[in-house]
Amino acid sequence: MKTNNLILQTATKVLVFIILLFSVYMFFAGHYEPGGGFIGGLMASGAIVLLLIAYDIKTVRKILPFNFIKVTATGLLFSAGTSAGALFFDKPLLTHWFTYVHPPLLGKMSLHTAVLFDTGVFLVVVGVTMTIIQTIGESE
Amino acid sequence: MNSLITLPLLIPFFTAIILIFFAKNIPVQRWIATIGSVLTIIAAISLATTVYTNGIQTMNLSNWEAPFGITLVSDMLSALLVVTTSLIAFVCLLYSFKSIGKEREKYYYYPVFFFLILGVNGAFTTGDIFNMFVFFEVMLMASYVLLVLGGMKIQLRETIKYLLVNVISSALFVIAVGYLYSIVGTLNMAHISVRLHELGQSGIVTVIAVLFLIVFGIKGAIFPLYFWLPGSYYAPPAPVMALFGALLTKVGVYSITRTYTLFFTQDVGYTHELLEILSIITIVIGVIGAIAYSDVKKIIIYNIIVAVGVILFGVATLTTEALTGSIFYLIHDMIIKAALFLLIGIMIKIAGSSNLKDMGGLIHRYPGLAWTYFIAALTLGGIPPLSGFMGKVLIVRSGFEAGNYWGAGIVLLSSLFVLFSVMKIFINGFWGEAREYSQKEKQPVKWLLTAPVILTICAVLYGLGTEAIYPIISTAAETLSNPEIYIKAVLKE
Repeated sequence: MKTNNLILQTATKVLVFIILLFSVYMFFAGHYEPGGGFIGGLMASGAIVLLLIAYDIKTVRKILPFNFIKVTATGLLFSAGTSAGALFFDKPLLTHWFTYVHPPLLGKMSLHTAVLFDTGVFLVVVGVTMTIIQTIGESE
Repeated sequence: MNSLITLPLLIPFFTAIILIFFAKNIPVQRWIATIGSVLTIIAAISLATTVYTNGIQTMNLSNWEAPFGITLVSDMLSALLVVTTSLIAFVCLLYSFKSIGKEREKYYYYPVFFFLILGVNGAFTTGDIFNMFVFFEVMLMASYVLLVLGGMKIQLRETIKYLLVNVISSALFVIAVGYLYSIVGTLNMAHISVRLHELGQSGIVTVIAVLFLIVFGIKGAIFPLYFWLPGSYYAPPAPVMALFGALLTKVGVYSITRTYTLFFTQDVGYTHELLEILSIITIVIGVIGAIAYSDVKKIIIYNIIVAVGVILFGVATLTTEALTGSIFYLIHDMIIKAALFLLIGIMIKIAGSSNLKDMGGLIHRYPGLAWTYFIAALTLGGIPPLSGFMGKVLIVRSGFEAGNYWGAGIVLLSSLFVLFSVMKIFINGFWGEAREYSQKEKQPVKWLLTAPVILTICAVLYGLGTEAIYPIISTAAETLSNPEIYIKAVLKE
């Protein structure tokens, strides 16, 4: 029997973007406030899981045609690359670097290589969570 | 800034990451894996030579001074173990190419393989107790996957046991680190050592020492915590079994050695005597198992337990000579256990069964295999010119010097039984009339045989070159028996 998911699907279309925005906010808040790559990644995958519940695996795969195992690997590459990058500047592993910039409108801003490391964490968390959910969901 | 210390960690890590991208392309995977493995060996060897000429190498990660950040410390012991690990990894990799099978290769065998090497090398190199826990987990996660990969019934069953035991022991590890942290307020291993020695002898430190012994004893399979090992190591295919047998328990042994020489040296009368008694019972249990079975895998698996007991008996004696013997024996045992597992892997492939009753007369058609096995077996038993000899001599001699006649006697006697157990395989498996096996024509074992032959040659050279290697090993033992050297190198006082 085919059920009518109209309310769920319509609500999802709005909610997914709010959740994704919140996850991005959480991700960037990490340095000064609670948040960071891990919770941001979990929330982003939460948004995708909501899509999975409202639609089905095939639709979501069409919307997000990623191989999530490779997303995980890319994330690892980001994190490992930022930590190993310090070696090229004759600094110990995992040494980070930051600077202040003054872009128009936004005011004083710090750019920090730790963000790149956290991007890696974000991608790994999204990749791992989605791989787990998709694999379990697809297995008969 | 000397970044050499990070390379044995970074190279396997990056190799593993890159391998994930090429998961379905087997030839590319093999090439990348080989290159990564060779680079790891080169990095490890140059690290070891640097440590030998310039003393202990340290790196404060993120540029934080020693007790506040994570420190990577490579003293002679850990550098030697990293070299041995890289060598064994390379050899097991060569063996995997022809034996692991396309299906496993397609499902991320090589990436996981390199994550295991990363975990093991990291656990040997770290100077931070919680970081050691993290590397333990990296290693264990990879080992869960390697154990279950393939999805045969026996693998599934044994993985559940293995997983359960290791999750519990990891939880205990966290609890033990928590207790230790609440007493000394630091996680850096050198700093913990300083604080514990300021604290002097107190009851709670002894309790934590025993807790650490339980944690690492589960990982390293000492009596009475060895119960999971015979089943779990029976399940995976030969190259994985060789990796596990050579590396995983030895990380537990290394951790016991590190903590019992660096941290817990105040109440030696209690903690080290306990370790001594347990190690002797471990030897007895291992020997009983090795003699009892007529299954080649089980025999070698119980020989791991014997070796763990012998090494820890040397550690418990806690003299420089005994520690030298332990390190000698530890490295010898890693190499030769890997070789033996790979050799019996070939035997099982030929005979189609791991039971000795189904084998016989292999020497007629596979003389190379037979003689390699013979040399490896003699090496394991500790026949003088070969590598098992020197370590055991030092352990036994310092045992007698310390007045522990029973313990040293049992170590000495265990050699005989170990030799008996491996010779039983040789006599029943290789001698006798040539038999017909399920595969009629001669199996192509040339490629498979290169891997254990490399290891056996290393073991033989290790034994013949004892004179040359002795100063290196005694440097390692010097650091273990004088924690001040380690502490000075890390905290730079």
